Amino acid sequence: MGLEFKDETFRGDFTFSNSPAAIARFPFPFDRDDYMYAVNLEPHVPRRAGSVFEHAFDVDEHYVAEMRDRAMVLAEDPLRCQSLPHMTLAGWDLLELIMEAKARDYPQWFSLTRDGNRWHWVNRPLGIDQHFIFMDDSTLPHGPMEYITRQTQGDFTLQDQREDMLWMDAGMVTTQADWSLDFDIGMNFHEWHAPVPLAHEKGIFDRALKFLLNVRHGAPARRFNWTMTVDPLLDTSPETYPVWGPSRTTITPENLGHRMHLRVELQTFFRLPRSNALVFPIRCYLIRFDELATVPKWARRLHRVIRDLPVELSTYKGFERNRAMMVDWLAKHDDGAPTTPGWWPE
Amino acid sequence: MSGGAKIAVRVAAVTPVNELVSRFRFVRRDGGAMPAFSGGAHTVVEMDDAGTRRMNPYSLMSDPADTSGYEISVRRDDAGRGGSLFMHRQVKPGIEMVISNPVNLFALDLRAKKHLMIAGGIGITPFIAQMAQLSAMGGRFELHYACRSAALASYACDLSARHGGRVHLYVDDQGQAMDLPGLLAGQPLGTHLYICGPKPMIDWARGTAAHAGWPKAAVHHEEFLAPPVGAAFKVQLAASGKTVTVGTHQSLLEAIEAAGVDAPYLCRGGACGQCETGVVSCDGQLLHNDHWLSDAEKAAGGKIIPCVSRFAGARLVLDR
Amino acid sequence: MKTAFEPSIRSRPVYGELEPRKGSAHLVLADGEGAGAVIDLLARAGSAAACALAHMHIIYMPGPDGVDHFAELQALGAAQCHRAPSFAAALPRLRRVLQDAHMGMQIYLAGTEGLMGQGQSEVMAAGLPHDAVQMEHRGPTLRRVQCVHCKGITENVATDPFECTHCGLNLFVRDHYSRRIAAFQGVNIDAEEPGNVPPPVVRFR
Repeated sequence: MGLEFKDETFRGDFTFSNSPAAIARFPFPFDRDDYMYAVNLEPHVPRRAGSVFEHAFDVDEHYVAEMRDRAMVLAEDPLRCQSLPHMTLAGWDLLELIMEAKARDYPQWFSLTRDGNRWHWVNRPLGIDQHFIFMDDSTLPHGPMEYITRQTQGDFTLQDQREDMLWMDAGMVTTQADWSLDFDIGMNFHEWHAPVPLAHEKGIFDRALKFLLNVRHGAPARRFNWTMTVDPLLDTSPETYPVWGPSRTTITPENLGHRMHLRVELQTFFRLPRSNALVFPIRCYLIRFDELATVPKWARRLHRVIRDLPVELSTYKGFERNRAMMVDWLAKHDDGAPTTPGWWPE
Repeated sequence: MSGGAKIAVRVAAVTPVNELVSRFRFVRRDGGAMPAFSGGAHTVVEMDDAGTRRMNPYSLMSDPADTSGYEISVRRDDAGRGGSLFMHRQVKPGIEMVISNPVNLFALDLRAKKHLMIAGGIGITPFIAQMAQLSAMGGRFELHYACRSAALASYACDLSARHGGRVHLYVDDQGQAMDLPGLLAGQPLGTHLYICGPKPMIDWARGTAAHAGWPKAAVHHEEFLAPPVGAAFKVQLAASGKTVTVGTHQSLLEAIEAAGVDAPYLCRGGACGQCETGVVSCDGQLLHNDHWLSDAEKAAGGKIIPCVSRFAGARLVLDR
Repeated sequence: MKTAFEPSIRSRPVYGELEPRKGSAHLVLADGEGAGAVIDLLARAGSAAACALAHMHIIYMPGPDGVDHFAELQALGAAQCHRAPSFAAALPRLRRVLQDAHMGMQIYLAGTEGLMGQGQSEVMAAGLPHDAVQMEHRGPTLRRVQCVHCKGITENVATDPFECTHCGLNLFVRDHYSRRIAAFQGVNIDAEEPGNVPPPVVRFR
């Protein structure tokens, strides 16, 4: 695979951009011209070759740069990665899940060899060569969840399943859309979703919870979520809101195409074997409006979705302030032609 | 999503444990490692008994860290629907079978400062796996195991040898009885209680714990309901346009599956809600045997759990 | 009478009324007007009150507004009844009692949200499930609020917005609540337009 890892930044000078190949495989989340919350869960099985669904854990051209950004976030704020004591076993389950998947799907970059509980992991892109004893955390530089998620794109939350409920008792959260792991850790499914408007009344979370409680080992699921971000800033946390908040007021019609980003989260759900916990990887993909507009179907559709979105959603997702400007910009790319169902580009 | 991930296995060994119980060992046909699992998990074993398809859940009793194979123990029930008889009479070493990936509806609460286990009879099986897991993790646990006779105290010797003074045995026909109120009174704050065995024992233990002021969230139990036998009845499946007859020894879920209609399931024991089905119309009485629907839902009659529940009356139409 | 709260989001705790429960021991933690909830609880217990009192340990402190009903609590005749000047002062005693407690102990919390939340947090750390603890709200609705930016907690917040007593940022008070931290979340209100701070409104008394 002739993929080159990009050397780019998600802060400061914001040199992040998508290659044409990355744009073509971008997980555009809208399959129709309007949007409302739904329990849009489906089995996480391999689909088109080259798509973000092809592998259990997608590695793309932004891998090395994203891991570098994560390390910086953690150095500034270690509270972005926490694990309540009873979740260490789940951390080992996650480490095994990711190492096995990556060694299988990307053997040119990752390898895992095992002799009983003596494991040897090689991560060539990050220059890691690690011997360790599985289940013995004194043989790794960090706890197992932190160790492996420092090498995997996307955020991770681990849920303990107790009393017919899911409890977010561990996580690595550095690419979040404005929520705090430190505040939410220990909450249950309904509690950490409490601030989301409209969805509770529609019964979305009750149905989603019932589905997730029954996710089985060997049968993972997935869904999408989305929002908007000014500048390709992965770390939009409540903690640092005073730092990035002002950028929302500096958008102009001239810079919008370059600075406004659609931010898509591919959420997957895996049952973990030894702990019976559930892991939710939350993988973040960014695309600026200029790049998105190179796909005519997406530009037309995004215009219609944003124009007609209920104000409660645009407010909760943090872009109501700039919505009119976004709609005007997108309107230029919408010739009113019908769009085909589904979200693959035409 | 019926069943989900399954494992193609071969029976590696069948070992009689005592007059009523035999142990079965499964290994993967492709020689690979079994998935690791969490103590308390069960697997659903598929059986083809001369044309009657059965899928029975059995607790995994082997060490969760031992991925070379899975072990279950089956207690022969001569008066049951035939699943345990099939296992005891037809399943021999070398035959090929299909079992499900492990599913856990009786998990340990790993926050517990101590795990107190109460087992009755064949209810010992999930605890065997859990104690192996806790031992490896350095967890604190104690087992109190009641059985009818020393001969039927499956695995008691083995467990005492492995876990020493943490195992306490009460043999009924030697007049030994568990002082549960006394046992509960001395437990430190943060102890969790786990109960597995026959229904009357579970009800007694839960009632004793409630009376002693234990919070519900610290008391866990597992009881696999065998689908009850009952009078045969007809059901109309509205979505698939079929009518099926549910036999006396067949569950409603099995009848739906036998008609070629795919219905989701998970535990097949009335505990998880995965097979919940909408009732389109009902002229008669729904016989609810599950632990999933609330009392209000059962009374409202809009839903049924087909793996264990039945019907008596003139006409039942389901949304399948 | 327990405090009546407006309906809110699902992470905002909802409190009930203390009711007598069977148990081997009874631990009561209360502040200010929470004393009234304890007295009402024992009245509800009727003939079972004497036995409960014989195995009851009350830890009480005055409320944030200085309300102090210790004398009335002492008159109940519980086996142990202690007045602490503050929660911080009561904490070593509370931890010692929980350390040797057995399953079957019933826990009752009454009074302000801040006191009950911190008490519940200690009980959870000792290993009891969070809903094993009964809670009844009485008295001021002043809030404990954690600043999501500096992690400092400001006690007895009355206005929205307010100034974080640790880092000085102006914070708006959310209903989003963490049992683990025993506090509501405060978020910088003028992050997007620094200096644009609405006048504080008294929301909690």
